[in-house]
Amino acid sequence: MSKRFWLVIGLAALVVMLAVAGCGQQQAANQKVIKIGLIAPLTGDVKTFGESTKNAVELALEQAGYKAGDYTIQLIEQDDANDPTQATNVATKLITQDGVKAIIGSVTSKTTIPISEVAQANKVVEITSTATNPKVTVDNGQRKDYVFRACFIDPFQGKVAAKFALDQLHAKTASVIYDKGNDYTVGLAQYFMDTFKAGGGQILTEDTYTVNDTDFSAILAKVAKAKPDILYLPDYYQKVSLIGQQARDAGIKAIFMGGDGWDSSDLNYAVMAGGYFTNHYSPEDTRPEVQKWVQDYKAKYGSTPDALATLAYDATNLLLNAIKTANSDDPTAIRDALAATKDFPAVSGKITFDQDGNPIKPAVILKVTYDPQTKQGGTQFVASVAP
Amino acid sequence: MHYLLQQIVNGLQLGLIYALIALGYTMVYGIIKLINFAHGDVFMVGAFLGYYGFAVYHLPFYLAVVIAMIGCAILGVTIEFLAYRPLRYAPRIAALITAIGVSLFLEYFSSLKFAFGPDYRTVPRPFTEIHWQIAGTTITNTQVIVAVVVVVLLAFLQFLIYHTKVGKAMRAVSFDHDAARLMGINVNTVISATFGLGSALAAAGGTLYAVAYPQIWPFMGIMPGLKAFTAAVLGGIGNIPGAVLGSLLMGQIEVLTAGFISSNFRDVIAFSVLILVLLVRPAGLLGQAGPEKV
Repeated sequence: MSKRFWLVIGLAALVVMLAVAGCGQQQAANQKVIKIGLIAPLTGDVKTFGESTKNAVELALEQAGYKAGDYTIQLIEQDDANDPTQATNVATKLITQDGVKAIIGSVTSKTTIPISEVAQANKVVEITSTATNPKVTVDNGQRKDYVFRACFIDPFQGKVAAKFALDQLHAKTASVIYDKGNDYTVGLAQYFMDTFKAGGGQILTEDTYTVNDTDFSAILAKVAKAKPDILYLPDYYQKVSLIGQQARDAGIKAIFMGGDGWDSSDLNYAVMAGGYFTNHYSPEDTRPEVQKWVQDYKAKYGSTPDALATLAYDATNLLLNAIKTANSDDPTAIRDALAATKDFPAVSGKITFDQDGNPIKPAVILKVTYDPQTKQGGTQFVASVAP
Repeated sequence: MHYLLQQIVNGLQLGLIYALIALGYTMVYGIIKLINFAHGDVFMVGAFLGYYGFAVYHLPFYLAVVIAMIGCAILGVTIEFLAYRPLRYAPRIAALITAIGVSLFLEYFSSLKFAFGPDYRTVPRPFTEIHWQIAGTTITNTQVIVAVVVVVLLAFLQFLIYHTKVGKAMRAVSFDHDAARLMGINVNTVISATFGLGSALAAAGGTLYAVAYPQIWPFMGIMPGLKAFTAAVLGGIGNIPGAVLGSLLMGQIEVLTAGFISSNFRDVIAFSVLILVLLVRPAGLLGQAGPEKV
């Protein structure tokens, strides 16, 4: 027998197997299947956010056995690379080509706002895990009623940070630097400044940059001259690490503060050590929901879940619960079930939605730590602040 | 006063790095009248090669710079040979579009997982940080290293162009291709050498940039490339001292605007100055037809 003969036999076998597998899928389709999309930044400047989110969503679905009520869940994952244009494209693809009934995601406000427009226009349920900007669920006073989130919103986060700086750190002055093209950083900076000023503090300098900037020396020289108590940096971990490094180079001694965008293992702990940031949960929390979740996540992925993972887990469970309650694949029924959610025992707190689709729950403040001997960085729970 | 001095030091660091990139634009333009839009991406490849050298393989810093320069010189020569040489006598717009294509190719190819990958990388400092307080101004050893490396490379370039045979040939080719060829100069070799040299300078710029602003990713070359190109035009494209002057000016304008007016107006004012200069002197600050062109 020639080699070619076996090759042909092999190929034929493969074709038959594929055909059978195809039929298998066909049969499964006769059961009740509901397609869910996941959009997350799996590459780009906030890829650890996307990875944590994806891990958590998969873990939540696995624990539910890919089932909700009578429906089998089919998950379709898409990468938005933290780019608003790509986010719009993949959302459109998920809805029009794949026919998903609900979308989990995305992670950042700047990608989630355009996705929410697409979801609302197509009447598909969207639940974002961590997009904290108010505009995600409300646009010009108009509620996007198919859109929900599992996290608190920027006004609350900015307020908590400013109050903490004033009351606990006894700060009198602050400087703020933020990305003027990012809804998230603009929102945080604005609410931080308003609250800080209202509380008797003084904002010494306010500066902006754009997403591609890497040289902050001019802005930081200004900050170094003003000598504030606090330097508020409400951006994602990459940018914050870069600014932090240059701030220390410029001889700035201020305490760094920021928001949940800092929560990443890729944060430059050595530079940011001693800084504080507002976050959604602390793995040190002793509630049983938290401890079980931390254990489950560690068992599967070998690391402590960050807030991104935790909220993605909560978002997935909220959605699964709504599909189960509605026991339907009609997005409008799922939406109604989600809106009616009451005291859902999520990891990040008991969740009830307000009329804008935002959960009402507390924030925590974490301190960045770094041990120069072991070169290990981490976070330490400082306080929990209720709304 | 101290504050002004501090901002000028900051602007100097930025301007010197722009200068290394701007030289590549201006040299290539001087010799084949092509705006090589892929140059910013060669700068990016240089930053990555330098990063791999001193951060991943732990080579001594200066060796890492030299390796990055050699690597990018080869890249530059290859780009010229594959993409621009076949279009040498085609309409100028064809070569320009090709340059944009090469630029996009380098960016997206570098983003692939088996190349550099699409993620941001934090660059560890190759030296322990030292801060000096001189006359109330903070100066870091990074700034000193950037300044020293750039000045040494500029001196080397000056020597190469005005005191060696290759330099003489470059000046001749930029003056007139055909006459140079008649004089027995191998025009293709000289153009290759120009690309190699310009790319090597960009690589040095990239490595220094990665040290000064410690974060790199495959799209990092776009903005510095654009700014350096603007600086080259400001100084008079095709003119080497002009590129350095334009870059230093760009650095100062950016930093002083952000420092004294508002960071919101930084790019607006930088580019407004460019437009004003070009209105008054369309050839740029030092741009004029003359034997200095390379």
